[in-house]
Amino acid sequence: MKQDNTIGSIKLDLPDVSNTPHTPRPRTWSVGAALGAIGYGYVVVMIGFLYLPILVMALMSANASPLYELPFHFTTHWYQALAEDGVLKAAAFRSIEIALWTTLLSTVLGVMASLAFFRYDFAGKRFLQAMLFPPMAIPWLITGTAMLIFFFAIGIGRGLHAILLGHVALALPYVIIVVGARLRTFSPELELAARSLGASGWQITWRVTLPAIAPGVVAGALFAFAVSFDQFVVSYFLSDPGETTLPVEIYSAIRKGFTPEINAISTIIIVVSMGTMLIVSRLYRFGGEQ
Amino acid sequence: MAEVNVIKVSKQYGESRALDDVSIRFAEGGLYGLLGPSGSGKTTLLRMIAGFVFPDSGQIRIDDQPVERLPVERREIGMVFQNYALFPNMNVADNVAFGLSVRHVDKSEIKRRVGEVLDLVQLGSLHARRINQLSGGQRQRVALARAIVTRPRVLLLDEPLSALDKSLRVDMQVELRRIQRDVAITTVFVTHDQEEALTLSDRVGILRDGRLIQEGTARELYDQPASEFAATFLGDANILNGRLETGGMRINDGSLIRFGSRSAVSSQTKCAVRPEKIVLQRATGEATPSVHNRLTAQVAHHVFAGVNTTYMLDWCGQRLKVHVQNSGEDLIPVGSQVTLSWSPDSTILVH
Repeated sequence: MKQDNTIGSIKLDLPDVSNTPHTPRPRTWSVGAALGAIGYGYVVVMIGFLYLPILVMALMSANASPLYELPFHFTTHWYQALAEDGVLKAAAFRSIEIALWTTLLSTVLGVMASLAFFRYDFAGKRFLQAMLFPPMAIPWLITGTAMLIFFFAIGIGRGLHAILLGHVALALPYVIIVVGARLRTFSPELELAARSLGASGWQITWRVTLPAIAPGVVAGALFAFAVSFDQFVVSYFLSDPGETTLPVEIYSAIRKGFTPEINAISTIIIVVSMGTMLIVSRLYRFGGEQ
Repeated sequence: MAEVNVIKVSKQYGESRALDDVSIRFAEGGLYGLLGPSGSGKTTLLRMIAGFVFPDSGQIRIDDQPVERLPVERREIGMVFQNYALFPNMNVADNVAFGLSVRHVDKSEIKRRVGEVLDLVQLGSLHARRINQLSGGQRQRVALARAIVTRPRVLLLDEPLSALDKSLRVDMQVELRRIQRDVAITTVFVTHDQEEALTLSDRVGILRDGRLIQEGTARELYDQPASEFAATFLGDANILNGRLETGGMRINDGSLIRFGSRSAVSSQTKCAVRPEKIVLQRATGEATPSVHNRLTAQVAHHVFAGVNTTYMLDWCGQRLKVHVQNSGEDLIPVGSQVTLSWSPDSTILVH
């Protein structure tokens, strides 16, 4: 049946819909579901891309063949060898020690700096805040070279103390920025209220401000630990040949020949760091409430 | 409990004068409202009494002791912030206990006093609640309890009711009065809401551009405002320009407006009449002799609001406003000539 699209003598320019059959919507298939499936597949591929190499490495650390040959034969041999490898073990403990000291120093200094930025207005504040970002963008190779030259020029030289100084300097901007972001959700009125109730500066910091920004402080500390523990370039430049950190030691071990011991220590590091991250993310939802 | 005396206090922020030679006395145990538009300096004055801001010049005395250089944490004041500023990481009891525990008061003593003050604000049963589980009115009470538990010499409230719903606000006004009477702490609050200032306070100070315009009881300020600003900021007023003559003020249309004996005559060039003090009648043409002041005007429009009707009238190129109580009479139609009359006692001379 043709629809009459005229009213009086005026022809209405309407699309003719009367003859178009009403197409039923397919129940089992829609564009949304298709996109959903593609998105899901994409996530699976991404996760695989990230984790498969790590998984292979972990498997090989427990495979008997030193040449990565299959079939897989389970062994703890490489872990035992690692336990007996004094050089790698010493480097690992050195790395952990430096990372812990870096975490402690840069978190304390960084929180203090963030609080200063938060509480006070002073000349050059904006400039100082802006200057926090470039160090993160400058290649570590250049930072490392610059530190080496500078440390020699002022008599600090090379060694673990120089590595620690370098790591604290690298980690500080991360801590200040992460804690500063958390402080932006903190109302300055809370500190005023605490003052009006008679609290001293210390009491305010310990009992009001730090508890409120604790998730940010923990996140900043984790960043600091990661920056230090992962650090290769700057450590490489600043270390004495005999006494260095784990990444540098692994690098020189690989140059001599890749043994599954490296897989073993890498697997341990991954398990420990992922475990820490999981625990922390259970305790704190970053940026949100506790 | 203490008397607070603000003496000739000034404060400059860059180019702008936040407070300009302000003197005001808050008597012991009273409830004072500081009223003014934003930027009038009322909040600066409150923060100065608290000790967050130091004056450039002038004195602040609490109990006759100069405190203007004393930082807030040593001034023994209690303050309730506009958004309450409760500590989110502590529960209700810990929030209230904070001021006592930073003073290292005995644990059992803290427990007793926190319990007491929570009962006073009727929150005894909620002492273990977290702050984010409380309603706005409950937060207000916690903030108040936290501020008074230390027995401060002065209680300061920054826009105490502005964050609450209208209906809750009226309840809290009553509550606030009751609690303030109970603890009898000298209390100063800041508001931009004239109704809040009138209903809540024993005395009100009106500020404008950093100056104290006028200070007095709510009744005094309403019935005898000294300036056009005070008259129009606190309530409604019709302002008539004129010049003083013997026996009255000669206004623009040539009539002489008489005023009562209470008016302090100086060099005023205006008079104010409250819209509800004027009686409105249809103009009959014949002027019955009377002691009342009279004007003739034309009805421009009217707004019926149940309890009363507001008439907007054209008079000498100016709009006048009259509130007529609804006693069942017909509305006077738009365009009608009407006679306004009011008692000389209702004429207020203003600057």
